[in-house]
Amino acid sequence: MKYFKMLTMLLSVLFILASVTVFAGTLDNVKKKGFIQVGVNEGLFGFASPDAKGVWQGLDIDSAKAVSCAVFGTPDKLKFIPLSSQTRFTALQSGEIDVLCRNATRNLTRESQLGLNFVTVNYYDGQGFMVPKSLGIKSAKELSGATVCVLQGTTTEQNAADYFKKNGLEWKPVVVESTTAIVQAFASGRCDCLTSDASQLASQRISTGKPADYIILPEIISKEPLAPAVRHGDDQWYDIVNFAVLAMIQAEEYGITSKNVDEMLKSEDPQIKRFLGVTPGNGAALGLDEKFAYNIIKHVGNYGESFDRNVGTSTPLAIERGLNALWTNGGLMYAPPFK
Amino acid sequence: MQTEQIKEPIWTNATFRSTVYQIAAIVIVALTAYYLFTNTTANLAKQAIATGFGFLSREASFEIGESMISFSSSDTYLRALVVGALNTIKVSFIGIILTVILGIIVGITRLSTNWLVSRISAVYIEVLQDIPVLLQLFFWYTIFNNVMPSPRQAIIPFDGIVLCNRGAYFAIPADHPAFTYMGYAFIAACLISFFIRRWAKKRQERTGQIFPIMTVSSALIILFPFAAWFVMGSPTQMNMPTLKGFNFVGGYNVSPEFGSLLLGLVLYTSAFVAEIVRAGIQSISKGQREAAESLGLRPIFIMNLVILPQALRVIIPPLTSQLLNLTKNSSLAVAIGYPDFVSTSNTTISQTGQAIEGVALIMIMYLTISLLTSLFMNWYNDKMALIER
Repeated sequence: MKYFKMLTMLLSVLFILASVTVFAGTLDNVKKKGFIQVGVNEGLFGFASPDAKGVWQGLDIDSAKAVSCAVFGTPDKLKFIPLSSQTRFTALQSGEIDVLCRNATRNLTRESQLGLNFVTVNYYDGQGFMVPKSLGIKSAKELSGATVCVLQGTTTEQNAADYFKKNGLEWKPVVVESTTAIVQAFASGRCDCLTSDASQLASQRISTGKPADYIILPEIISKEPLAPAVRHGDDQWYDIVNFAVLAMIQAEEYGITSKNVDEMLKSEDPQIKRFLGVTPGNGAALGLDEKFAYNIIKHVGNYGESFDRNVGTSTPLAIERGLNALWTNGGLMYAPPFK
Repeated sequence: MQTEQIKEPIWTNATFRSTVYQIAAIVIVALTAYYLFTNTTANLAKQAIATGFGFLSREASFEIGESMISFSSSDTYLRALVVGALNTIKVSFIGIILTVILGIIVGITRLSTNWLVSRISAVYIEVLQDIPVLLQLFFWYTIFNNVMPSPRQAIIPFDGIVLCNRGAYFAIPADHPAFTYMGYAFIAACLISFFIRRWAKKRQERTGQIFPIMTVSSALIILFPFAAWFVMGSPTQMNMPTLKGFNFVGGYNVSPEFGSLLLGLVLYTSAFVAEIVRAGIQSISKGQREAAESLGLRPIFIMNLVILPQALRVIIPPLTSQLLNLTKNSSLAVAIGYPDFVSTSNTTISQTGQAIEGVALIMIMYLTISLLTSLFMNWYNDKMALIER
């Protein structure tokens, strides 16, 4: 079955690459078909997972909704395509999706070798370790000789190898393809330790069914800037996706929320007037409606609202803002001027 | 003049036509392949996607859980793929041997006159044939993980064997040069047995005297290595698995991934093999057995000299296809974390982004293994074919 999947994957890549007109004008293509195809995670609570009603929710979903608002004025012109970490980049390369919002780490190899470009980061993550409390371990440095569960098709395999090598620790990886299988293997004690991005560990700790039995070690061993990505070579589409995500960050800095955005339309601040399209210019420059930022904030909210709703301290994940706070609050979230 | 008229023009000639059609077909296929290839490379270049096999010599920078050769993250992707290939070959090779043995046993017991034995075999076949092999793999993997205790509470039935959720650990003799010589002695014994067998066969044809080949060869194969061991100073030191930190170290480890993969594949495929064996045996008419019995042959000779040689002709072709299935199904390993060829290739693909090359390598690898297995089974089939006299 795996084998068959591979074969179809290869064939579809070959055929789609062989047919010519994939690259030109993603914006026109999207407008013509009336919806945007988005590659998302198969299910990662807080980032992209269907809720009890089957409606997709999460930080990555909000980024996709922002793009939909920018292009169509409403957040619902989206078609979500769940992708494994194995197939996500191939799907983007082959034109199966228009934008990839699937907690993908931006790095040199991917940017230069995979024929794709990452837009602005929508979540700053880092790889960590989770262990059962009963092991009595306080630091990752004590993991010598441990068996470690690692998810396949991510940067995690490489980071873990680098970390253990750097610290001269012996270890043994158990590499599994599916998230559910890896959590199950870890929860049943097959591994001493589970390593993944810290945000995913928080989500996987809940999936074990007994979150209190596990702790996440303090060490963060890598930089994982997670960002949406688009195909290489379509600069207009790149700009649209980039500024759609940035608009949410900028809105938080201006203090514009989904609740007060209508009042803000009356603001006398020239920057806010430009941002919301009261003073025209930004929209035309991107080839979009002048109200694109207004529509994003109205329907999706600013970055802070999205963060609090999906992964923040009031959710089961209870993640602090940390690196993901605005630059004015000591974080890394920073948007270039909207002018 | 007359002959000139009868002679047909070249384009109506059957041989000429079929040659032209065949050449045309080949040219079309080649052109299509060429078009696909150049267009793909051109488009990949246009999209700035890396191509080529240069990545094979770069540093892999990931670790592999189990390996038959030494491997570390600073080795190349090529070596990582070789590790994966060897793991695939290991599980397929052991799997094929166990499947054939188990399949024959179940197939023969299925025909047993003992009601209970034949019922048990029937249930075994029906149940295991009907559950998808991927589910069986998950089942065994879950069993391994959930039933076995953690290393600190490991089950130690007796010294030298440890069972826990990190797998089974067996004590093995500690490294000593004697074991190399025992290997040589074993090979020598096999060679000598082979020649004795040839000599005995000739003598039997000439004089009719039967030589006890089985007894003599078994004795040789057991005694030779034992003698080598004794001469080299009879080392008895063992490499025992001991608990150190999180895990056991030392001894030989069969990981839960390997164990459940092997178990799943063998149980599933042997159910099919059992049915093939039963069909083979039942295809031999009752008269053959009765004729052999009336000649006064012993039951073991009836099976070995009359029934099996004929049954094998029916058994081998479908058996080959089942063994190929086993090899191909071993790629499901990726679902339960056994680092087979597909698994290491997947990691390579996701780290280098070169999916087309990676998937092409996977296909070439399985094609090679399958063709080799096929070749061997065809040779065996020819050898077993009925020689008409």
